[in-house]
Amino acid sequence: MSVLVLLVVTGLALGALYFLAAAGLSLIYGLMRVLNFAHGAFLTVSGYAGYQVASSLGVASASWAAFALAVLVGVATGAAFAAALELLVVRRLYDREIEQVLVTVGVALAAVALVTGTWGSDARPFPAPPWFARTTGMLGAQVPNSRLACIAAAVVVLGGLTALLGRTRLGLVIRAGVENRSMVAALGIDVRRSFTAVFVLGGALAGLGGVLAGVYNSSLSPLTGDNLLIFAFIVVVIGGLGSVGGAAVAATVVALIQQLANYYAASGVGDLLVVLALALVLLVRPQGLFARSVRIA
Amino acid sequence: MSTAPVLSLSHVDAWIGGQQILHDITFDVGHGVTALLGRNGVGKTTTLRAVLGLTRRRGAITLDGHRIDELPTHAVVRRGIGYVPENREVFASLTVAENLSLAARSGRPDLDVVHALFPELRERARQPAGTLSGGQQQMVALARALLNDNAVLLVDEPTKGLAPRIVEEVVAALRVVAEHTPVLLVEQDLDVVGALADRVVVVADGRVAHQGSAAALLADDEAVTALLGVGTRLGSTS
Repeated sequence: MSVLVLLVVTGLALGALYFLAAAGLSLIYGLMRVLNFAHGAFLTVSGYAGYQVASSLGVASASWAAFALAVLVGVATGAAFAAALELLVVRRLYDREIEQVLVTVGVALAAVALVTGTWGSDARPFPAPPWFARTTGMLGAQVPNSRLACIAAAVVVLGGLTALLGRTRLGLVIRAGVENRSMVAALGIDVRRSFTAVFVLGGALAGLGGVLAGVYNSSLSPLTGDNLLIFAFIVVVIGGLGSVGGAAVAATVVALIQQLANYYAASGVGDLLVVLALALVLLVRPQGLFARSVRIA
Repeated sequence: MSTAPVLSLSHVDAWIGGQQILHDITFDVGHGVTALLGRNGVGKTTTLRAVLGLTRRRGAITLDGHRIDELPTHAVVRRGIGYVPENREVFASLTVAENLSLAARSGRPDLDVVHALFPELRERARQPAGTLSGGQQQMVALARALLNDNAVLLVDEPTKGLAPRIVEEVVAALRVVAEHTPVLLVEQDLDVVGALADRVVVVADGRVAHQGSAAALLADDEAVTALLGVGTRLGSTS
């Protein structure tokens, strides 16, 4: 029983990281039809920015103040990286999907190379407050606090995104734009301004995900972001492009399948099952489980 | 009432993808209702989308004497163009109230006018637009445009697929609107054209084939048959 509880909580925490990566990715594709392969680089660069701040303020472990600053720097780095990419590059390439893919793949590769050149290719221990390494007893299992922190952060983000989409003008524009962005423009709304906002929001969430990935794994490597990005793409497709709620559910399901199957069957079986689930969704409901069919216009 | 055109298209070409759809389109829209007629696929909807910048176009388009053809779509609309698209294109996952709220270009949308024309929308404010009937969705589509103070209204086949009772409601609403706002109306139903239009512009193969008085065209059986491929007798088309 305690093993199952530990696996479920760890799966939920992994799902939280997938969700933080996938939520922005889903909104960016849903609204702008931009397949952003640089999204993993947002996570990696932001994670290392947070690492740099935390490690410069503490050696093996950081104080809560240093960690809070690391989170803020990570979020700000993700947002700034995303804003720069959207304003300087992607904005010129809307409706040119091949070029978008080439450019964002190029940025992702360059970012990983930059991080590797700066901090080296080996994983670096992430300095977090000692509380994260301790455990909390739950139904007989000793669950690392880092898992609970990731889950709590994802729940807060989900609540914030739900409020943003449901209660604000920007949210209204995003929801309408995911359905039919040319009609949003035909109502007199500068939809490109909301493109930038969504890109920045996605970058900020990825930045938070980058720092939390360091906490979850207790370390960061230049490939942290890309490793998460692969499953984030799967989560986005299964959950439905443009659906934040769908991303949350799909992230949870994908991570739980991975954790449970990898433990109870054999290592790697969970990953295989996730890919099979992706194939099944694409065959049965290609728009994803929670998305409405949308106009590509 | 001024007779100066509100909206003018001069030598406008337009493309969808790489294919040229409109060739050298030139006509004016003044006060009242100007009906844009033609057989299916001749470029009527593309003409409206070209005005809005929703498709690639070349040529001069002016609104109240000011060029708008270099502006992006949202800026064109903000100059004072209301648009009711073909097939309504309401946002299905948004409620009726959210659809209207999104469409309000100023802080003071004229909900009273909209609710006076379509009282049903007040009762269905919290209902997702995707769950409405076709006629109710058309009311939302019209209401989105009528919320604002428009210099001109572009309306694309507003009666398409609607029950006769709803068609009457839509025609009545457009008649009220046209008293103070010029309307460019794409319409296949000649009964509706006869009831509303002052002028007609007929498009054939992406070019203007005829323009003039609506009454004069509808009274000319041979011209209607030649230009539109349908009989002229009102009530014979739908």
